Amino acid sequence: MGQQLLNAIFIGSIYALFAVGYTLVFGILDILNLAHSAVFMFGAALTYSLVVNHGQSFWVACVLGVAAAGLMGLVIEHVCLRPLRRRRAPPIAALISTIGLALIIVAAIEQGRPGTFFAWLWVDGANSVSFPAGVVPNPTWHVVGLTLEASKVAIIPISIFLMLVLGYVMRYTQVGRGLRAIAENPTAARLLGLDVDRMISLTLVISSALGGLAGILFGVALGDISPYIGRDYVEVRGLAVIVLGGMGSIPGAVAGGYLLGLIEMLVLLVLGSNARAGVAFAALFLMLVLRPQGLFGAQPREKV
Amino acid sequence: MDFIIQLFTDPVGFYNSHTLLIADIGINSILAASMFVVLYSGQLSLASPGFMAIGAYTSVLMDLHWHTPLALNVAVGTVLAGVVGVVVGLPVLRLRGVFLAIATIGFIEALRLGVILNLPITGEGLGLQNPNADPLGGVNMVLVALVVVVFLLWRLTKGRLGHAWAAIRQDELAALSQGIDVARYKLLAFALSAVLAGFAGGLEAHLNFFVDPGDAQYGVTRAVQILTFAVLGGSGNIFGPVVGALFLTTLPEILRFQGFDYRDIVSGVILIAVIVFRPQGIVARGGLAIVRPRWWPRAQPHASSPG
Repeated sequence: MGQQLLNAIFIGSIYALFAVGYTLVFGILDILNLAHSAVFMFGAALTYSLVVNHGQSFWVACVLGVAAAGLMGLVIEHVCLRPLRRRRAPPIAALISTIGLALIIVAAIEQGRPGTFFAWLWVDGANSVSFPAGVVPNPTWHVVGLTLEASKVAIIPISIFLMLVLGYVMRYTQVGRGLRAIAENPTAARLLGLDVDRMISLTLVISSALGGLAGILFGVALGDISPYIGRDYVEVRGLAVIVLGGMGSIPGAVAGGYLLGLIEMLVLLVLGSNARAGVAFAALFLMLVLRPQGLFGAQPREKV
Repeated sequence: MDFIIQLFTDPVGFYNSHTLLIADIGINSILAASMFVVLYSGQLSLASPGFMAIGAYTSVLMDLHWHTPLALNVAVGTVLAGVVGVVVGLPVLRLRGVFLAIATIGFIEALRLGVILNLPITGEGLGLQNPNADPLGGVNMVLVALVVVVFLLWRLTKGRLGHAWAAIRQDELAALSQGIDVARYKLLAFALSAVLAGFAGGLEAHLNFFVDPGDAQYGVTRAVQILTFAVLGGSGNIFGPVVGALFLTTLPEILRFQGFDYRDIVSGVILIAVIVFRPQGIVARGGLAIVRPRWWPRAQPHASSPG
């Protein structure tokens, strides 16, 4: 039971870290960035390639992986979001353009085999791989009957620290005030002299870097890295998390992440592993129908 | 290239050697039509694969257990999909935009992962064998169905119902203040979309010897694919989504290079290009959207004469 609870907390941390980036973009731009799960996968896949195929040390690869994920945020902004913002397209348009980018990222990794165009990025095609033993420092402790693996335990403080930093930045700094101003009213923010485009680029970089980091942590802890980890593990679960917590709310996403981790653990114990996958989606559906503003969200305003 | 040359030089041979592809195009076009109905009334619903699954499983299970005729099986599957459409639509249609999209994703994945993969009767994760499938004979039936669906939707969008949907899409509040029963028309669109998806699901199941509960079949991946058809073609009229389905289903055949499958990369690029430069879709009036980077010189308007 204790071990299960620990697992729930660490998987919840990954959900939360992933969902924080998701909800940050939604909160500021009212846009659902569906390329976020592809960036999650991209961070993990690139880090793996750097270690295994390019002989980098794990820490260097992590830094480069997070940086590349952050850069992918710039790609999302410049290719999928900015051109649409220029002509005031509805938010649905950005949903579709980010789906397009997600298709491209996943297909590029999926096509990476030795000798192909994308071999520098990934050589394992559609296969699932994991870091070879010994590459990632992973001391294991046994405390009061619990097995503590460093790779899993470390996720919890890393996620909580980053989410606290993000919360601090959003609430108390000039940048955070600017971002909240843009969320409130982009036109007014621009009139007040804010460089809206640059702020939005920054948002996408932060969001994607967090997504990429979540992917790396996931890949290390679960030993499963494939072109499909984003789609299979976090894409729709991430939606469930941000809906549970209230769309656009960062504390909500954190709470939603841990809540989903706990719910899934309980369902696994009570109903067995088959039912586990359906629960997140049933929760998502019921939450939207019964309380669309989420557990922590305010009553949505009607914009006329 | 052989592919396209054969289409023009030897259409009969083309039909015989690409029957499965043509059947796929037909099914995907009906699915695109089911997406069209909801988009035309201004709702982004991704629920089609869920209703497809209902149509497909109902039809195959009736065939396996009761040995009823195909037409009856597909009809029951279609009606059941419509009924579920109304039941799901009633609570869900209060949501708008992205929230509706997310709720429908929740619906299809809860149905697939929570119900279909857990019931013994649906074969759980293993899927269902469908020994009475008829992949080659089903094609004509699919094409006839497609023509009927397209004709009906074309008439429907020209009529009273179509005008109501268009009004709701353009401005829901304005439509409401004009006395249009918005909730009822939205539910009607959602249910009709469910009916079409259930119908397509039943037909598709008849073309395959195996009903596969995978993500690419009844999950989010399929939903995104169907949405892509409609967005690419444009949802201003029924022909847009059908052309989109035709184009995107044929594309992988044209792009089939040795050992390198460009399909998803190319569809991703096309999707972004269309939504950025031609948001109304390829089958619609109007030119390209002007998307100008900030540093691009603005065209100077001619100096107007004083007066």
